[in-house]
Amino acid sequence: MTFFGLHFQDIVFYTLAIILLIAGLRVITTRNPVYAALYLVLAFFTAAGIWLLLEAEFLAITLVLVYVGAVMVLFLFVVMMLDINLDKLREGFWKALPVALPVGGLMAVEMVMIVGTRNFGTDVVAAPPARPADYSNTAELGRVLYTDYLLPFELASVVLLVAIVAAIALTLRDRKDSKSMDPAKQVLVKKADRLRIVKMDAVVEKIEVVDASAQADDKGAK
Amino acid sequence: MEWLSNLFGSYWPAVEITGWTMIKIVAIVVPLMGAVAYLTLAERKVIGYMQVRIGPNRVGYFGLLQPLADGIKLLFKEVILPTASNKTLFLLGPVLAIAPAFAAWAVVPFDLNMVLADVDAGLLYILAMTSVAVYGVIIAGWASNSKYAFLGSLRSAAQIVSYEIAMGFALVGVLMCANSLNLGKIVLGQEGGFWHWYFIPLFPLFIVYFISAVAETNRAPFDVAEGESEIVAGFHVEYSGMAFAVFFLAEYANMILVSMLAALMFLGGWLSPVPFIPDSFLWLLAKVGFLLFLFLWFRATFPRYRYDQIMRLGWKVFIPITIVWIVFVGGMMQTPWAHLFH
Repeated sequence: MTFFGLHFQDIVFYTLAIILLIAGLRVITTRNPVYAALYLVLAFFTAAGIWLLLEAEFLAITLVLVYVGAVMVLFLFVVMMLDINLDKLREGFWKALPVALPVGGLMAVEMVMIVGTRNFGTDVVAAPPARPADYSNTAELGRVLYTDYLLPFELASVVLLVAIVAAIALTLRDRKDSKSMDPAKQVLVKKADRLRIVKMDAVVEKIEVVDASAQADDKGAK
Repeated sequence: MEWLSNLFGSYWPAVEITGWTMIKIVAIVVPLMGAVAYLTLAERKVIGYMQVRIGPNRVGYFGLLQPLADGIKLLFKEVILPTASNKTLFLLGPVLAIAPAFAAWAVVPFDLNMVLADVDAGLLYILAMTSVAVYGVIIAGWASNSKYAFLGSLRSAAQIVSYEIAMGFALVGVLMCANSLNLGKIVLGQEGGFWHWYFIPLFPLFIVYFISAVAETNRAPFDVAEGESEIVAGFHVEYSGMAFAVFFLAEYANMILVSMLAALMFLGGWLSPVPFIPDSFLWLLAKVGFLLFLFLWFRATFPRYRYDQIMRLGWKVFIPITIVWIVFVGGMMQTPWAHLFH
């Protein structure tokens, strides 16, 4: 089915692609770092949409879950708390431009040379066959990861684990003046550790007994 | 129908499917909004009786029109935009809070084959949507340009990110038992009476999931994000009128959503507890209602956690428990008792 000569999928693709490009551009052009982070979130989200269009639903949802839901949250967290002086950041712009332009241009040319239609066009790489609706992308990915690519997969996870342990080991320092309590010790406290019951005889003070009935009579007489 | 299909010509199939989807969305969202409205009333009534009060009883019989009165009041209140706030993001905050709370319902099955989108990776989709919801809170807190709001949003963000991990791990256990990410298939994996429901083999994960769900929705006793005794109302302190109401709606919609998920994944969804009574949507309603009652019960019972204790509970208690239980379940599946875990 076509709308004005365009397939529905094409319309979705071009819409998402335009949003993605604008969001990507705004990430580097916007003046406010919080806006930049939010535009990056938008870029991730749209990229996930394009992946969905490619029937890679597992990757698309994982992109949202990991990058939008966790990584960018922490990013935003940090950016919001920083007091960034934007003018200082922009000071060296014109000085760095002559170097940055060729480097950026070179990178763009390299990317076009590799990813361009010459290497990845539909005439070089055949379009993947359309899968039936009940085809499970997730199960297929899991099967490949845990059979054909088991060793690289495990290696990657070990590298990640080392990075986590290293990051914690490098940054975790016990503060000397911290008054935090160990909850395990708090739970183990018994009544006897905190409370001492002292037995002592009751001290009775001698009170002068007033004749109550005589007083009541007094009031009645008045 | 005939003249409509003539009107749209060759576009009719696309228009028809879009129209039907729209009708289905309305059929989910409208009762959901009603449920949210009456959950607020239920909360006030339940907590009222737990504290030996009566709760709202003036508007309508038994106070039944109270949510309506509240809604009208909030609608007519002025939405105040603080002078020094970031206006665009200030208004975007509530939208980003409520949109994922509703979007997640797209893959929730209500009965056999009664689901808007039968997505194969439905559970992942829900996890992704609920993790996006945190942006509403963060943006609201930052755009308000207020210390209290900012502190509230930072607390909330850290809390949601932390408990998401425990929640995700708890769901990994369900995936292992059900062999599927599709919510409908997860429910069907629990067929044959309540002793087949996943809360029995995965009991520790069920407990961790539900407590994490309470923390994820920023409900008492984990409601430090709005801890009124410390930071007034947290991230929504600058919001008034409908903008505030939207945050309120999102919170309750999220409560219903996580209760729904717990019912689907651990309590057999729409399946009846004993084989001789037919399965029905009403079972699902009853289970969700019970879990929601637990939410209210918690709020009336427990004092608020201290912030460092919340973090400790999430990272040092829940995450290790879930990891140990996942390894245990994985090990048991290699033994002759594997059928107990399917």
